[in-house]
Amino acid sequence: MAVNLFYFLVFPGLLFAAITGAFLSWFDRKITAMVQFRKGPPLLQPFYDFFKLLLVKETILPKQGSPLIFLLAPVFSAFGATMAGVFILLPLSNIATGFRGDLLVIFYLLTIPSFSYIIGALASANPLAAVGSSREMKLIISYEFTFLLFIAGIIMKCGQQFDLYSIIQAQQTSSPFIGSISGVLLFIVGIFCIQAKLALVPFDMPEAETEITEGIFIEYSGAAFALIKLTKYIMFFILPALLIALLMNGFRFNGFNILWAVLKLLAVVLALTLIRNTNPRIKIRQAIKFFALWMNLFAVIALVLIEFGY
Amino acid sequence: MGFKNYCFKKSLWVFHFGGASCNNCDIEILDCLTPRFDLERFGILLVGSIRHADVLLVNGIINHHDKDRLIEVYNQAPKPILVVAIGACGCTGGIFTDSYTFAGPVDKIIPVNAYVPGCPPKPEAIIAGIVKLAGG
Repeated sequence: MAVNLFYFLVFPGLLFAAITGAFLSWFDRKITAMVQFRKGPPLLQPFYDFFKLLLVKETILPKQGSPLIFLLAPVFSAFGATMAGVFILLPLSNIATGFRGDLLVIFYLLTIPSFSYIIGALASANPLAAVGSSREMKLIISYEFTFLLFIAGIIMKCGQQFDLYSIIQAQQTSSPFIGSISGVLLFIVGIFCIQAKLALVPFDMPEAETEITEGIFIEYSGAAFALIKLTKYIMFFILPALLIALLMNGFRFNGFNILWAVLKLLAVVLALTLIRNTNPRIKIRQAIKFFALWMNLFAVIALVLIEFGY
Repeated sequence: MGFKNYCFKKSLWVFHFGGASCNNCDIEILDCLTPRFDLERFGILLVGSIRHADVLLVNGIINHHDKDRLIEVYNQAPKPILVVAIGACGCTGGIFTDSYTFAGPVDKIIPVNAYVPGCPPKPEAIIAGIVKLAGG
């Protein structure tokens, strides 16, 4: 019991994932600044933002709508992200606690933050938040099937293993999955799914700042918005970590391999940041078409290639 | 209070309220966020929603139409909020002081924490004002 609480609250769970995610979010902002020839924020900027929102700012509740659900939604989102983080990061740090089928549990847990955002936005009774949440719904519908095909590809590739720990072990004993044609295709599919799950720029229409002024988060302030920031930090760490676990043979924490693990994480985040900085925001219709047609096509080609052993 | 205040001063998110402005101050404010001046190195971001804002930048004169909206926006902001009046019009009314549309300078309507005079103020002046706001 104590061990489980420690897992949830401290090491791979809340504290560790949030701190690492905050540093990754600084890395993302710094790279963005460098791409735009700026200097960028200081290293501890995500922590300043989080503690300012949590400790200093007032939380305003909506007059119409449902204040209780409005306040509970960020709690649920932080909880879902932390749970998914525990399930992803425990096998990644070579602690065999997974069970058969935990990949599907991770798949469901990773959707909880998006659903909580939708519920919270609709509870705030703001028309722009309603527009944002309807876009978020359409975005979920478009990327979720592709993400499922991506996971199916990984499961086929390692011989019908359903748990994350055996997938990582299978890669560590032979070679990482990304070193094949189907692996590369799956990586492309996966990284775009992550981009949409994180709502980064080509797919940031639910929270388009210039268009619907932060959309789903428009009414959040103070501690509730701090929890949303926390969820974003955690998601910014665990989704690249999941991609590394599924395709790039996970992390190993002995000697020189620690540096290698950090480099892999930074490389995936760098790819996400560069996609974010070199693309405009697309319309929701284009996003649905992109996933339903092109990404599904890529995933199906990868599945066929895996079937023939490439 | 020390830690809280430090975090607050290190992460000022800015919401831009343009009154009946001639748009020169708007352009100078946007200049501050461009690569040449880069306010993000002080942790300053431009946010889209007043619910996320820590600093309310007001520029241009406030006419009778804007007055209600400015009060509404100020009341909707979560509460430690700093108000900065940018430009001669925001600070005093400038050349529009005698106009029949003029509803008073910003500090007659809502409390103001800092003034950046100029017509328009240079980006350096705006940055100096914000650094003074963050420092003190």
